[in-house]
Amino acid sequence: MARYQDVMARKGEIMKRALGMDYAQFERSPIAFDYEGMMAAHGYSLDDIRRIQRAAGVGGTPLLELRNITDLVRSYAGSGHGARIFVKDEAANMAGSFKDRRASMSIHVASEWGYAGVIAATSGNYGAAVASQAARAGLACIICQETFDSRHVGQPEIVEKSRLCEAFGAEVVQMTVGPELFFHMLELLEQTGYLSASLYSPFGVSGIETLGAELAEDMIAATGAPPTHVVVTHAGGGNTTGTARGLKRAGAVDTQIVSASVDLSGLHMASDTDFNRKSFTTGHTGFGVPFATWPDRADVPRNAARSLRYMDRYLTVTQGEVFYVTEALSKLEGLERGPSGNTAMAAAMSLAHELPHDATVVVQETEYTGAGKHHWSQLAFAREQGVEVRAGDPAENVPGSVIVVPERPEQIQAKDFDLARMRRSYVRNALSHAPEGYEPNPADIVFLAEDTNTTPATVEEIIAELAAG
Amino acid sequence: MNDAIRCEAGEWVEVEYVLLEVAERAGGLPEDTAATPLRAWVKGFARTTALIGDEIEVETMSGRVVAGHLSAISPGYTHTFGTPPPQIVGIGRDLRARLATYRLGGLGVDANVPQGLDERAGE
Repeated sequence: MARYQDVMARKGEIMKRALGMDYAQFERSPIAFDYEGMMAAHGYSLDDIRRIQRAAGVGGTPLLELRNITDLVRSYAGSGHGARIFVKDEAANMAGSFKDRRASMSIHVASEWGYAGVIAATSGNYGAAVASQAARAGLACIICQETFDSRHVGQPEIVEKSRLCEAFGAEVVQMTVGPELFFHMLELLEQTGYLSASLYSPFGVSGIETLGAELAEDMIAATGAPPTHVVVTHAGGGNTTGTARGLKRAGAVDTQIVSASVDLSGLHMASDTDFNRKSFTTGHTGFGVPFATWPDRADVPRNAARSLRYMDRYLTVTQGEVFYVTEALSKLEGLERGPSGNTAMAAAMSLAHELPHDATVVVQETEYTGAGKHHWSQLAFAREQGVEVRAGDPAENVPGSVIVVPERPEQIQAKDFDLARMRRSYVRNALSHAPEGYEPNPADIVFLAEDTNTTPATVEEIIAELAAG
Repeated sequence: MNDAIRCEAGEWVEVEYVLLEVAERAGGLPEDTAATPLRAWVKGFARTTALIGDEIEVETMSGRVVAGHLSAISPGYTHTFGTPPPQIVGIGRDLRARLATYRLGGLGVDANVPQGLDERAGE
């Protein structure tokens, strides 16, 4: 048997050992599984997680009110409009992003369970977070990263993330474009016996719950109430899921959860040529939509990140809008942060403009910036790849071809992604992953309703529509 | 980057290797990706002396021994902040001016009094 097929055929047994838990115990049917049971199986309470994270140097980041950005939005919002905007400065974590919260839990578990090292497949900030936490814990660390196109040309943002992982003592396996990254991760897990520090494990996603809880507490201290809206940069769904769960645990049950992604529609995520024609390597629709509509495509049997359960709205913004806001944040608030993390900031400005003065909008993360991970270097790189960069109306943005940087802040207008369409797409995917001819039972319908934050009646309607074609 | 073409044993180097040849790649890839092998690069300490392009083994930071072609000696990082994009440089100036105008009472921007300022005056 060929090497690729051979390794993939052993995926189940490799993952079972590398994840340290058997996901089969949570399965209820070909469609349903016990999500809350899976999330609770590690046995750590929110307070336990806080203690573990504080010991690891993670969390307790500042909440900042952005008074200048707020007034800027009020300068063009209608009378009485323009919500107060706040940001949780997650760049203050050790490795520079909220991903430290995820990594700290995986590393804690790896140490407790006696693994000698950890492996993660990521081109994002998560790699640096795992590498940093592994260094503190004295564990070996391997990061598998999709870095280059076939010409050996790498996005400056990803190359910077390679550098930071290596700075923290990780071995970084830099690869060309392709989903077989996962195959190689399996090979390495088998070869080393390390823990798979998956982004999508219950440990990792539980680690983000402290962010949601801190946010609610910080806002109660600052304004007397939990935020009315929290805007979350959305990719694989962990950030939305963990933040929303943490907010609820802290009693912020009425807070609207607004997920936000950069619109990269039309670009193929596995394409060698499209790879370097995008200026965002995460927080974009290329992850956001497929992971929301089929979370179990991840590197775990069941994904702990199930964003449709929690999102009340899904907004998209353009690359040019995010670069504009990144510059504005730096010049108006003295807060120079990485562009990917500012995706939610761009959406928040658009959202705040629709809301009354007494609404409060929290952008729940920032990420570090530096050479490569910077809007200037991203724009320079885009031009070198033949992408046109110009000033104008961001509505003329074409992912992969044209980046239009707004000329005025009122041109920042996030677009609503149709959540009903995403729910329908999720139900179709869930049905298509069950064996042929399987009929969903009433418990399945309840599960699908929970997993899409809708009602059993709505799920029945969707199933009837799908059956009618 | 180092211009040397020969590394000594124990030096920090980078090797390149093919993980999957074109014929071995996964099905369902876009055509452009399917037409190229899956390649990888990793850094480590050279186990022997070698010339650029030679087959060599390295010991990585996790202690693995990886074989590949020597692709760089003392590999560094050359990514930068780029240069100021003309579409970006004026944003700070323009927005500071707008904000100042608005707070003065909204000449040409918005006549509304920025209510937030009053609430915050005592902070």
